[in-house]
Amino acid sequence: MLLRYILKRILLMIPTLFVTSVLIFTVINLPEGDYFETLAAEMQAQGEKADLSRIEFLKKEYGFDKPLPERYLHWVVGLLQGDMGYSFEYQRPVREVVGDRLLLTMMVSFVTIIFTWIVAFPIGIYSATHQYSWGDYGLTFLGLIGLAVPHFLMALVFMYFANVWFGTSIGGLVDPQYLNQPMSWAKLRSVLEHLWIPVIIIGAGGTAGMIRSVRANLLDELQKQYFVTARAKGLPPGRALRKYPLRMSLNFFVSDIGDILPSIVSGAEIVAIVLSLQTTGPLLIRALQSQDMYLAGSFLMFLSTLTVVGVLISDIALAILDPRIRLQGEATK
Amino acid sequence: MDILRISDLRIGFTIHGLAREVVKGVSLRVPAGKTVALVGESGSGKSVISQAIMGLLPRAGGITGGAIRFRDPLAPQEVIDIAALEPEGREIRELRGGRIGMIFQEPMSSLSPVHTIGNQIEEALQLHRPTPKAEARGLIEAMLKRVGFKDPPRAYDTYSFELSGGLRQRAMLAMALICQPALLIADEPTTALDVTIQAQVLDLMRDLQAEMGMAILLITHDLGVVANMADEVVVIYHGEIMESGPVEDIFRHPRHPYLKALLKASPHFDMQEGERLVALREARPRQKAAARVARPRAAKADAAPLLSVRDLRKTYTTGARSFFGKGSLTTITAVDGVSFDIARGECLGLVGESGCGKTTVSKIIMRAVTPNAGTVTFDDGQQRCDILALKGEELRRFRQKVQMIFQDPVSSLSPRMTVMNILREPLVIHERGDGDEQFARVRSLMEDVGLDPRFLSRYPHSFSGGQRQRIGIARALALDPELIICDEPVSALDVSVQAQILNLLKDLQAERGLTFLFISHNLAVVNYMADRIAVMANGRIVEIAPRHALFTTPVHPYTKALLRSVPFADLDRKLDFKLVAPGGASDMSHWAPAFRPEPDGAGLAPLALGEGHYVLARPSADIREVA
Repeated sequence: MLLRYILKRILLMIPTLFVTSVLIFTVINLPEGDYFETLAAEMQAQGEKADLSRIEFLKKEYGFDKPLPERYLHWVVGLLQGDMGYSFEYQRPVREVVGDRLLLTMMVSFVTIIFTWIVAFPIGIYSATHQYSWGDYGLTFLGLIGLAVPHFLMALVFMYFANVWFGTSIGGLVDPQYLNQPMSWAKLRSVLEHLWIPVIIIGAGGTAGMIRSVRANLLDELQKQYFVTARAKGLPPGRALRKYPLRMSLNFFVSDIGDILPSIVSGAEIVAIVLSLQTTGPLLIRALQSQDMYLAGSFLMFLSTLTVVGVLISDIALAILDPRIRLQGEATK
Repeated sequence: MDILRISDLRIGFTIHGLAREVVKGVSLRVPAGKTVALVGESGSGKSVISQAIMGLLPRAGGITGGAIRFRDPLAPQEVIDIAALEPEGREIRELRGGRIGMIFQEPMSSLSPVHTIGNQIEEALQLHRPTPKAEARGLIEAMLKRVGFKDPPRAYDTYSFELSGGLRQRAMLAMALICQPALLIADEPTTALDVTIQAQVLDLMRDLQAEMGMAILLITHDLGVVANMADEVVVIYHGEIMESGPVEDIFRHPRHPYLKALLKASPHFDMQEGERLVALREARPRQKAAARVARPRAAKADAAPLLSVRDLRKTYTTGARSFFGKGSLTTITAVDGVSFDIARGECLGLVGESGCGKTTVSKIIMRAVTPNAGTVTFDDGQQRCDILALKGEELRRFRQKVQMIFQDPVSSLSPRMTVMNILREPLVIHERGDGDEQFARVRSLMEDVGLDPRFLSRYPHSFSGGQRQRIGIARALALDPELIICDEPVSALDVSVQAQILNLLKDLQAERGLTFLFISHNLAVVNYMADRIAVMANGRIVEIAPRHALFTTPVHPYTKALLRSVPFADLDRKLDFKLVAPGGASDMSHWAPAFRPEPDGAGLAPLALGEGHYVLARPSADIREVA
């Protein structure tokens, strides 16, 4: 039963990813011109002489003279074989360009997510069980500040105070001396020293949002009759809360996992630029600006695949967690 | 000895800073091993009292005075005042579930859908009587068997959503009784169940009470249930006790006007032809008979029926459908060969238990569901049309002629629209008149249902359940329909309000010559409203007859079982619980052979018994044999 469900979900991913790839390709190719024309224009603007014949050669080399559908096919077939294409800007395969930054990105994002959960869950539970108390209002207020203040602004404020109070230079994720060093204990310590600031900044908005959802979902469940039943059995309130309403309110949380996976990889773009973090976010933005189409397209495609896989994982987790989804199947006309 | 003595209990609620007393000095007692019924309408404070006994008052509420003294038969020298206990302390938690069990109205939502039945029962057991795992499982399976599960080991591992309403309530009982409490509080335990299931659950409660010697505090608004279950009765109204005493005194010599009025307001089977229910408050002043402009009722036998339904059939396919086409598909026949006529100006009652297909029939007539086969012909005297063949503009125009009144007066009105917008919307959709005419029409509709037109700018939440249902009726009347389908219009309402709505519907029918299809599971209500009654079971009409004939000479075993299961508010006609069919009334295997399909597959056909009385039986069956 569960196995068939998973298989069906996996098969459903194919058309989804196909449509996504067409969309990504089309959108990237929508603006006039391509990477080489942008490059030539940029060079001319800077007063340099562009080697037009070389650009013509490169265009041919990368198949830019061919019609769009053919180029799409070429790209997709490459993707299927694990070849993400070549970045013109970095003059290296996309896989290498992204790969360097992926580890750091995942580290920042992962710690951020854990931070979000650790902070948001207790606060959300407290707010729900003490609805309309001073504690609830106070925490809600703090959460709303986190939600409302733009991340980049918070990043600037943090950068200033971290420097003034702790003497930490915030530029980047490591001290400059470790920049191109291989990973070592000293480097890791330096990373951890820097990590908390982006984690708090990127996590603030997510935490606030999650507090609100935990609170709302739990409040719904607290109204339910089965919670009264549990207490009528004589369960202490804490245990009753954990076993019934909290368990039920996890559903929303599990379905949220689908969104988390791609955000682990993409990194918070704007904060990363402000804090000059070596994550993938700034890379993607730059690639989109310069129409470095294989870098941008392949990376976006990578994110989409992660989204779809994340949704799959959360669906499977939901089916395991909630017997109604597992056992009731679907009713059709 | 009294297990529970409540004296001068006062409970107050603080909502938005306003303190309000909802229980005003209530005193009552529950003797050991007896059943005490606490009777009252919604909002009377009866559920709040039960919550206070369990120490489960909502956060906004609190006990402001009085005492709840509980004396455990196992330790009779000790008296515990529950009102003085710490709300979430250890003492009250030991009482809850351990010495006082509770079951609730909604068996669906009272059990957690993500834990198995066994897990939830075991939790109660382990809390109060720590038992080794294997032994606990044995105890629970024995309990499940006792409350009527056929296969206890399997039932242990099922989830609540896999069970029917009756079985869920049985599981709740098993959970409440697993620790053998001294007192069971049952808050409207059977209100959400069908009559035959209700009779079974009540029977089970009585048996278990006799076995375990526990006392029951039964909270209900149904005087029929009270008459059949209670030893003592306490009547509560607006947080005050109106009358209390042994059930004999209360029913034979009701003294308080409220109780008398309540007894008069509930429809029963002995009502005379044309007798009217006495509502506590009528919806509107009754007009003098002369003032009524009743349309001549088309009682001519040769007149074509307004609505003619033939051989309706609707199947649903459920189950997991695999990606490759195979899978465990099951086809459920919701409606199976249903045929009936409704004459103009008539009220046809459609009765049956939940899941019998009566709502599907109404949806087919409304064109909300498309049947697999069958015809529905509508003939309003000017034109005849096949409803199921209508399309586009024709269908849109036809929709004005059939309107619907729904069961739930809360969810059937949009909370974001004012009453004016709700009532005007049908007129706008069908472009009836200009703005001024529509406003005038809405005002007169409000007067028709006895509501003050000044309330038009309010939102539904500021009305009571009965008033909302009147708004629903006004909305159904807005387009001057020929036929109104009433789908359980009063089953969510209190007895006193129910009488008001029923009377209003009757008056409106007489004034406007309306035709009703009146769907209900409540036989007494259908008896009061309908001219003819069709009884549905398992998607088929098993019996259809004029009202009087159906109640005096029922033929089909299903009809008989239904009639047997209705609890009367009359001590001289108690239910014979043992006669109730064990598997529910719609279980065909308990029907006489003449009413079951023949083994060779030959179908059943309506058998005429004269005077418009038909029963579904084998074509070969002898009339004398069945009747």
